[in-house]
Amino acid sequence: MLNFVVRRLLAILPVLLAVSLLTFLIASLLPGDLALVILGDQATPENVAALRRDMGLDQPLWWRYLSWLGHVLQGDLGRSFRTGQTVLQAVAERIPVSLQLMLMAEFIGLLIGVPVAIVCAARAGGAFDRFMTGSAFAMLSMPSFLVAILLIYLFAVELHWLPATGYVPFTEEPLNNLRFFVLPALTLALAEWPGIMRVLRSDMIATLQEDYIALAKAKGLKPARILFVHALKPSSLTLVTVTGIDIGRLLGGTLIVESIFALPGIGRLLVGAIYTRDLVILQGVVLLVACGFVIVNFIVDMLYAVLDPRIRHGHA
Amino acid sequence: MSNPLLTIEDVAVELPTPRGNLRAVDHVDLSLDAGRTLGIVGESGCGKTMLSRAVLQLLPKKATLTGRVMFEGQDLVRLSSESLRRLRGRDLAVVFQDPMTSLNPVLTIGTQLIETIQEHLELDAPAARKRSIELLAAVGIPAPEQRLAQYPHQCSGGMRQRIAIAIALSCEPKLLIADEPTTALDVTIQAQILDLLAREQRRRHMAMIIITHDLGVVAGRADEVAVMYAGRVVERAPTRALFKRMHMPYTEALLAAIPKLETAPHTPLPAISGRPPDPTRPLKGCSFAPRCRYAVSRCHEAKPGLTSAEMPGHLYACFHPIRMAEGIGA
Repeated sequence: MLNFVVRRLLAILPVLLAVSLLTFLIASLLPGDLALVILGDQATPENVAALRRDMGLDQPLWWRYLSWLGHVLQGDLGRSFRTGQTVLQAVAERIPVSLQLMLMAEFIGLLIGVPVAIVCAARAGGAFDRFMTGSAFAMLSMPSFLVAILLIYLFAVELHWLPATGYVPFTEEPLNNLRFFVLPALTLALAEWPGIMRVLRSDMIATLQEDYIALAKAKGLKPARILFVHALKPSSLTLVTVTGIDIGRLLGGTLIVESIFALPGIGRLLVGAIYTRDLVILQGVVLLVACGFVIVNFIVDMLYAVLDPRIRHGHA
Repeated sequence: MSNPLLTIEDVAVELPTPRGNLRAVDHVDLSLDAGRTLGIVGESGCGKTMLSRAVLQLLPKKATLTGRVMFEGQDLVRLSSESLRRLRGRDLAVVFQDPMTSLNPVLTIGTQLIETIQEHLELDAPAARKRSIELLAAVGIPAPEQRLAQYPHQCSGGMRQRIAIAIALSCEPKLLIADEPTTALDVTIQAQILDLLAREQRRRHMAMIIITHDLGVVAGRADEVAVMYAGRVVERAPTRALFKRMHMPYTEALLAAIPKLETAPHTPLPAISGRPPDPTRPLKGCSFAPRCRYAVSRCHEAKPGLTSAEMPGHLYACFHPIRMAEGIGA
């Protein structure tokens, strides 16, 4: 098992390096001169040239990459030239919001998707299965801004149950904080559960055809035990993959949902950085989010091994 | 005489296929007394596995089953799923063909054994664990205590089949159905597994159905043999009587198809030519007639019923049982 972890860890190093290179290139190859952006269009060419020299922009690309990477490895991702905040500060401020949103959305998504998938698979082709598969299709084809608006209309405008927009930190008003998060998390969850449900349903249906399920029935086990113990675990590898991808995606914040519900998360930080051409923030945030994605997928790989002993023992 | 433990009465199984209904089991009658062994023999697709699944009530969802399966006076076909569940694993156990696929790959061997025991017997966890260790030892697994924490992929095929047998035996079943228990195993392991089954059967006085395509497997082990072809029982006899004098040409052909050690190298096997009939299109006559070297025109026109031979308990479905056919030929 330790060997397995070490092998996987070594495998993600080149991925992280590639991620850093791509992030750097995206920010560096964007049209527009950073010095010009900072100084504005009134700047004299001499001023621009001086700032370029100061910032090292006159150096060759590979040299700039290596020096940037060197700083990154020391934990210095740069500083916004607009607010003076470091990238790490800006991200640290925003990440709790996106993290909480991601966790709540994923939790609700799994809470809906997993039980529905199990019931559907147990009675595949039945009325409930057909209805839920159809509903999942319908939900998949609804864009999140539409779902968000519908939820706001229903729960905030008509029923007055939940606030439409806003945010207070959990540490200040835990209950209110949760109330602010329900609608955005639900919006995301309604987009997540169809995927969760569909992959788990089809894997479960395949698993239920297996010999060992027939044997579990022949052993006289209770139907619930067959479904939850014998069938669910071997069927959940794809589910874990999909959940991992979802989490990785939500980790980077959700531009639309954070904007609609006025949540100060990573998504809003990114949008702001793009509007103000704050390339240092943009580059730093993209790098951190991409690293987060890689790490989540590393955890997914570890979960495979937890779920399937054959992977753990290097048989598969 | 006391009632038999298991009676299969007029059981038929049909499976819907895109090409029409497939008659997998075609009105079969069989019975088995407590403690006895019945061998069901036939080539692939003859319906022997479907018949065993019909007994266990584990047929595919779309299959239709008619007839009665009486087990200790209860008709399993009409039993509620809850009563059936209590019966399965406890009185009625099964060992499947392929031990590589019949054990759950993500659960430990201990879990798979103990869950069966705790489902049916009122034992607490330590007692169930102790019983599991005894069972594994009884089926010849070395270091049984360590095995409990292992997963199926850490065991060899023969070992896994022993574990599957331990699971089947765990609640002292009255009937064990062994569906080709040795087909997926190495030849050297096959005899060991069959001997293990026979030994445990004697010790526990349970009835057993051995399903196989190999007449050699049932030869010394079954009390009675039923030969199936195209969903029907075509010959049924006490084992000794059958091997002494088989009447059905199909049985003879099955026996001839087993390679023998004494034949010279490169002797072609007298394989049965042709293929079994398409089970979605019922034949008018004897289903073996198209492949039978003794067949005459009558065999293609009418279906022979099961008739009694001179030996008591010996039934066959043939218009020209072998002895007579040879007589005509001579």
